[in-house]
Amino acid sequence: MKKSRDTPGSPMIDARHIGPPTRRAFLVGAASALGAAAAHALLAPWPGRAADVPVDPTRVPGAPATDYGRRSTFEHARRLATPQRSRTPLQALHGIVTPSALHFERHHNGVPFIDPARHRLLIHGLVTRPLILTMDELKQFPSTSRLAFVECAGNGGREWQGPAGVTVQDTHGLTSVSEWTGVPLATVLREAGLRPEASWMLAEGSDAAAMTRSLPLARMDTALLCYAQNGEPLRPEQGYPLRLLVPGWEGNTCIKWLRRLKLVSAPRMTREETAKYTDLMPDGAARQFTFEMDAKSVITAPSGGQRVRKPGYVEIRGLAWSGRGRVGQVDVSVDGGRSWRVAQLQTPVLPACHTRFRLDWRWDGREAVLQSRCTDETGYRQPARRELVALRGVNSYYHYNAIQSWKIDERGDVHNVQV
Amino acid sequence: MCRCDGLLCRGVLLALLGLSPVAAWGGDAGGAVGLGRTATDDEIRAWDIDAAPDGDGLPAGGGTVGEGTGVFAEHCARCHGATGVEGPMAALAGGRGTLATAHPMKTVGSYWPYATTLFDYIRRAMPFDAPQSLTPDQVYAVTAWILFRNGLLEQGAMLNQTTLPRIQMPHRDGFVPDPRPDSR
Repeated sequence: MKKSRDTPGSPMIDARHIGPPTRRAFLVGAASALGAAAAHALLAPWPGRAADVPVDPTRVPGAPATDYGRRSTFEHARRLATPQRSRTPLQALHGIVTPSALHFERHHNGVPFIDPARHRLLIHGLVTRPLILTMDELKQFPSTSRLAFVECAGNGGREWQGPAGVTVQDTHGLTSVSEWTGVPLATVLREAGLRPEASWMLAEGSDAAAMTRSLPLARMDTALLCYAQNGEPLRPEQGYPLRLLVPGWEGNTCIKWLRRLKLVSAPRMTREETAKYTDLMPDGAARQFTFEMDAKSVITAPSGGQRVRKPGYVEIRGLAWSGRGRVGQVDVSVDGGRSWRVAQLQTPVLPACHTRFRLDWRWDGREAVLQSRCTDETGYRQPARRELVALRGVNSYYHYNAIQSWKIDERGDVHNVQV
Repeated sequence: MCRCDGLLCRGVLLALLGLSPVAAWGGDAGGAVGLGRTATDDEIRAWDIDAAPDGDGLPAGGGTVGEGTGVFAEHCARCHGATGVEGPMAALAGGRGTLATAHPMKTVGSYWPYATTLFDYIRRAMPFDAPQSLTPDQVYAVTAWILFRNGLLEQGAMLNQTTLPRIQMPHRDGFVPDPRPDSR
């Protein structure tokens, strides 16, 4: 079937709307002559161009089924990417699951290109039997799935020094949630047999950074070796074909492209757990092995860079999470923390997972400062910025979890401020 | 070819014989599942590149500050600068006495707790555009040169698996365990 630019369009498509005759218009016209069965082989690939949208989609056959789905032509949410990281557009998302294509990235020398058929996991050191496992073998172990956030320890790190990000993607976009599937770490370690002296585990990736962290075995009872994310094999930037997940811990501990687990009796003091991912205090001491991500929350709408169009009803929406368990309560303030109301939590409320919260509000058109404050099930309450800075100064970079303030000015524009 | 583990096979066999409906589910994972194979010494050696503060894992070989001068110039200076502080990437020396100030400068000399950490990192991840391309001798030599630039080694010094772990880094006792939650 040849296409032609000068074939008249189908009477079903408003030519004034679509402009000059297009391939799609021709194909639809041809379809009416050839019958529905032939049409499916003829229609333009999905997604179509915005210019091709019919006036009335009930009067034009649609696109055929496809082998791998894509989002609508009209949806444009994207990660903000620099070479070694990309940030999730939290302001554009709904619910709690991050689409795999929008899960934030952090890598230290690029995303490696790995053939799963050649990938191996080596378990050695203080074990009774050093073990080599293929991906096929790892998938044969008893499996489990759970939702969990992964948050970079540096999420919001630039906010220590003052308001730096414009949008919530800038300030909080290094956290994402997926449903992760894999085998419990404990199950695989049992296969190798732990010797009694084994108390730490060095996990190493097969990326060009050979990313390496020492992790205390006694606190890793929920750790998983994951091969799937949101029902599919992991995305390459999420560690394909195998990553560690330690729910609630800083993302760097969740070693991606995992190739080696070495059981040891003390931490190996790698660069990432000494020179990096340690929290420098004002007295010059550095906190080390700061694994759990403390309770945190942020309003995603209205949030920085957005505009509240006019006074009246606004649904305040946001996300809350804690690396130490479930979210217990989220409070919202519209007056910079002077008064608070309890937000509604959307179920499910899961441990080490984002929880969606909402609150009804009527904006009166005057300046307002919106804040959210998470209290987790341990009773820990997310600190105000001044409280956190009083404790840690402004040079620790990692683990910034202060209450975020968004100022709505009288025009409705929303700005990142610190109060 | 049967790929099940013994328990499962036995369970299936018993079930076929009609002996016990429970036995048919005998493949529970309470013990070892029977997957994977024993790693060989060669396979372990090929990947076992980490080094611990006590020197465990350091390879044979050695290098001097003088040899490190050439290694650094050839493989490192274009990112870290001619003397290791000009950049554009991280400054590798200086910063002593700045950690408790408003402008802390975290370098190998001011912040890193162990010399083995430096060796381990260079060996696994540097040079950035060709990681794991240096020989153990080259890694020892360039480690020695960086420590020399920090005033932690004499110009004539030589590093190997015995001498490297003995180096006392200035900030070695500056790391503290996690006291969080530190706010209420």
